[in-house]
Amino acid sequence: MNSDAGIRELRRRAKLRLLRMHYESNVGHIGGNLSVLDIMLTLHHQVLRADVDEFILSKGHAAGAWYVTLWSLGLLSEEDLVRFHKDGTRLAGHPPARGIPAVSFATGSLGHGLSLAAGLALAKRVKSESGRVFCVTSDGEWNEGSTWEALIFVAHQRLRNLVVFVDVNGLQGFGTTREVANLEPLAAKLETFDIVVREIDGHDPDAISEAVREDGSAGRPIFILAKTCKGCGVSFLEHRMDSHYLPMNEAQYRQAVDDVTRS
Amino acid sequence: MRSAFSRALLAYADRKDFVFLTGDLGFKALEELRDAMGERFINAGVAEQNMVSVAAALARKGLRAWTYSIAPFMYARPFEQIRNDVCLHDLPVIFVGNGGGYGYGVMGATHHAIEDYGALLTLARMRVLVPAFDMDVEPMVRQCFSAEHPTYLRLGLSEEPKNYVVPAYAAWRKLLSGPGATVVVVGPLVGGILSALRGVEPTPSLWLIGELPVENLPEEFLEDLERSGRLIVVEEHVAAGSAGQQLAHRLLELGKPPRQFQHRTALGYVSGLYGSQKFHRAESGLDPAAIAALVTTGGR
Repeated sequence: MNSDAGIRELRRRAKLRLLRMHYESNVGHIGGNLSVLDIMLTLHHQVLRADVDEFILSKGHAAGAWYVTLWSLGLLSEEDLVRFHKDGTRLAGHPPARGIPAVSFATGSLGHGLSLAAGLALAKRVKSESGRVFCVTSDGEWNEGSTWEALIFVAHQRLRNLVVFVDVNGLQGFGTTREVANLEPLAAKLETFDIVVREIDGHDPDAISEAVREDGSAGRPIFILAKTCKGCGVSFLEHRMDSHYLPMNEAQYRQAVDDVTRS
Repeated sequence: MRSAFSRALLAYADRKDFVFLTGDLGFKALEELRDAMGERFINAGVAEQNMVSVAAALARKGLRAWTYSIAPFMYARPFEQIRNDVCLHDLPVIFVGNGGGYGYGVMGATHHAIEDYGALLTLARMRVLVPAFDMDVEPMVRQCFSAEHPTYLRLGLSEEPKNYVVPAYAAWRKLLSGPGATVVVVGPLVGGILSALRGVEPTPSLWLIGELPVENLPEEFLEDLERSGRLIVVEEHVAAGSAGQQLAHRLLELGKPPRQFQHRTALGYVSGLYGSQKFHRAESGLDPAAIAALVTTGGR
């Protein structure tokens, strides 16, 4: 993914494949997958070094975005994606405990991933291993007490090899993040811990790549609040609560494909 | 047992793959281990959920991860982390719960763990070790360092009778031989029961289980049970998920149910009042005198 044209084509191709996978399997959770897809693609194609870096998807309900990203890297096959969410699949609705080498932990119950990433980062330090650990959380899962336990831990342990994204799409299970349990200003709250906090546009690959830089972090973990759009790129899904749950019907799928193709 | 535990771990302190996490506990017990391990001894703070997930990831990376807290805070608070992050991936994380059963006595019900191993044994591949005597701790710690599955170590207070020579550790040990009832005990309360049963006629056979789930029933135990026809199981744990239930289930599977089965378990808070571990055991009929009376009279 070295050129702007290449990036655009990758994003378009992955988004179309994601929509088709969810449509053919009649699966919802599309909004949160579309909000995080650009982060996933950029991290895996431009940032992560396969031999040393590790990745945890804490917002496990965005498994589809991860599967399509792995497909775009040749780590999952077309046949795998066709089997998504079906009996006998490797690709469950949330990342599985076994069966996919790139997936080191089953996630889906929110509030676990940041601690898992912390443990991987700590293990690297204990073992004097190079590389970094990347973790993507949702914004809703900052309601979970365990996520704050993990924040306290990573700041106290000064896990400098840890990079955490928060997919700030502003919508959670049954309302906006402001309506349900308002944490704003989240950046200001996080900044009170001994960590680096950066705010970016979560759909800008250049901003994503730039935000993970180690310089300026002074040996502290990096937290990136990535402002995103739930349902990004699909007109009838953008910023809509029902995009968290509902699968698309045929007309909606055609509309979604048309939206992405025109973008 | 905390001292025996700390001493046993000290022998492994230099292992580069050994990481010990405590939920802010270990005062007057783990200082020497902390000093010996350096940065591999981590006080994870009062945050058991995070501690368990961190340990899971450490184990995923090939490290020997131990977690430590008071028993209820070790298994109940982070139960989902144990289930999802450790057991779903069959990682050999060690969970050390101090003060199993009513061990924390008058500190109150929040500090008791009378349903710990039953709850944990519902999880895939979980193993449980329950030392009865201080001498059991070292071999169990050694076993934990070669564990291939999640393992819960339930520490208590050793109650070995004076001048008693503790038999070498084994998953099943026979502490008394006799023609009377077949008595099976889990955990440190066997010390007092052993003393009480020594004077009982006819002498019962007394067995001690140190590992759960209940499996590999010794032939000699089955012979004892066939001869006596009467099985009494005693444990400081509620009936649900208990060793007694597991043993009864296994005997049914083997087609060898005893003619009489009596189970003495933790009954919770019978009077609604609080007291020492001894007080709560007595309220549940787990005290040595009550067990001796049960064995003698055959009462229900």
